[in-house]
Amino acid sequence: MSANAWELLFKALWETLYMVGLSGAISFLLGIPLGVLLHITREGRILENRLANLILGSIVNAGRSVPFIILMVAIIPLTRLLTGTSIGTTAAIVPLTIAAIPFVARIAEGALNEVPLGLVEAAQAMGASPLQIVTRVLLPEARSGLINGATITLVTLVSYSAMAGAIGGGGLGDLGIRYGYQRFDGVIMLVTVLVLIALVQLLQMVGDRLQQYYDHSK
Amino acid sequence: MIELKQLTKVFTAGGADVKAIDDVSLSVPEGSIYGVIGSSGAGKSTLIRCVNLLEKPTFGQVLVDGQDITRLSDKALRQARHNIGMIFQHFNLLSSRTVYDNVALPLELAGASKQEIADAVLPLLELTGLGDKRESYPSQLSGGQKQRVAIARALASKPRVLLCDEATSALDPQTTRSILALLKDINKQLKITILIITHEMDVVKTICDRVAIMSYGKIIEENEVEQFFLSPKTELAREFVRSAIHEKPITDIESRFSPEPSEGARPVVRITFVGKGIVQPLITKVARQFNTDFNILQADIETVNEKAMGFMMVEIVGEPEQIEQSLAFLKERVQLEVIGYVG
Repeated sequence: MSANAWELLFKALWETLYMVGLSGAISFLLGIPLGVLLHITREGRILENRLANLILGSIVNAGRSVPFIILMVAIIPLTRLLTGTSIGTTAAIVPLTIAAIPFVARIAEGALNEVPLGLVEAAQAMGASPLQIVTRVLLPEARSGLINGATITLVTLVSYSAMAGAIGGGGLGDLGIRYGYQRFDGVIMLVTVLVLIALVQLLQMVGDRLQQYYDHSK
Repeated sequence: MIELKQLTKVFTAGGADVKAIDDVSLSVPEGSIYGVIGSSGAGKSTLIRCVNLLEKPTFGQVLVDGQDITRLSDKALRQARHNIGMIFQHFNLLSSRTVYDNVALPLELAGASKQEIADAVLPLLELTGLGDKRESYPSQLSGGQKQRVAIARALASKPRVLLCDEATSALDPQTTRSILALLKDINKQLKITILIITHEMDVVKTICDRVAIMSYGKIIEENEVEQFFLSPKTELAREFVRSAIHEKPITDIESRFSPEPSEGARPVVRITFVGKGIVQPLITKVARQFNTDFNILQADIETVNEKAMGFMMVEIVGEPEQIEQSLAFLKERVQLEVIGYVG
């Protein structure tokens, strides 16, 4: 591989990290509260509300059922509104985030559902408000499940970000398509794939370590 | 301290109404340990959950420390709950928090400062024998230690009432005894009123001052514990008492035993009495005075609410007239029940 090719690779890796990191962060910030709402409005939970749960659930399901490649194209006006452009790495963050929010929400909801109801009752018996139950009991108790979910989300975002290359998002996927596939450069294709594999392995390893560190249930 | 007035709780399951609690009124005196006993499904868990409104009663009043908590706003109810500690069968500790932080939780919720929390938590850890477990996580503790943490946590906000929902049901007998001793200790030291829900008569026997029996959502019998053991009135109560005094079925005389009297049959009586060394001299005296013989089938001394209490099953042998006189004499002095006859 030439020096130029290495330069391309590092640039692409950086773009991937940038896309995954930023869309991951924003989707956690918005997806986790959404997951909390989904959880607490469920039947038998602290703010049970069938209608709210149904509406939120339907929105989340709709968001998750649109294939990412279609979502990217469909929300171009929104992307342009938010970033001023519809192509490039920053622009790719918008569809990545939109796709990840409902994903994170469902994963967070699942992690919260695993918290034993008895803990919530104990907190209620102590005079905890619903907000206190969420911040002091539900989220800390679901922490290792949430970390696990975050790892899954980031790994999924790595693969989605490769698709974002299709709208000029850059990143490793884009590199692989343009140089590896369209220019028949087998070496670049191979290296790109290897870097992606290494990246996913690394994310999974860090995620597992963090989860173990925070898991005191065993 | 706790007063339930005409409490009723109706659950609707599959279109049918089920009365989990059916017009229950009871009063727990301040500073006492009050036990509610019943088989599973009798409604006792629902009852205790109504006391801090984890379960909302369908009808009736719940007065805690004079305050009707069924009429409080959400905010006032949360405030009132600081005054009512609760422990559970499965402990319900936060696995993500250390022992210290678990006990600190109610104080954090009430907005206490770090110093206030330390001042309250450390003595509680000493009281409950957890001084060396501060930094442990619940998963590193035994069941008994977990319940101790839960007790310390329930006491952190200095409540005047402690609710125990089957608090020893998941523990082995030895651990149960140590937890009950701790509860009694707390009751005496902190003058805290304790309401206990249990299906184990041993719990009632060991620490309760008063007891109520619950069956199908109703309180069917209520008494001071000694009186309850001396003269249970309902069949269910008698069953519970028999299990608590470890009375065995009378297998050795079963073939000759009949609940009805017959020609020449001798009565089998159960004698119940408070205090040690009372019954033996009494029986000797009766035997001499009326010329009857006492064949002791079973005998046991139990500690009921820190008092010695004796139970004895005897067969009285003699002439019918003398047996009658012996029974009359004994009836005036001890609790006595003819449970059958042997031929």
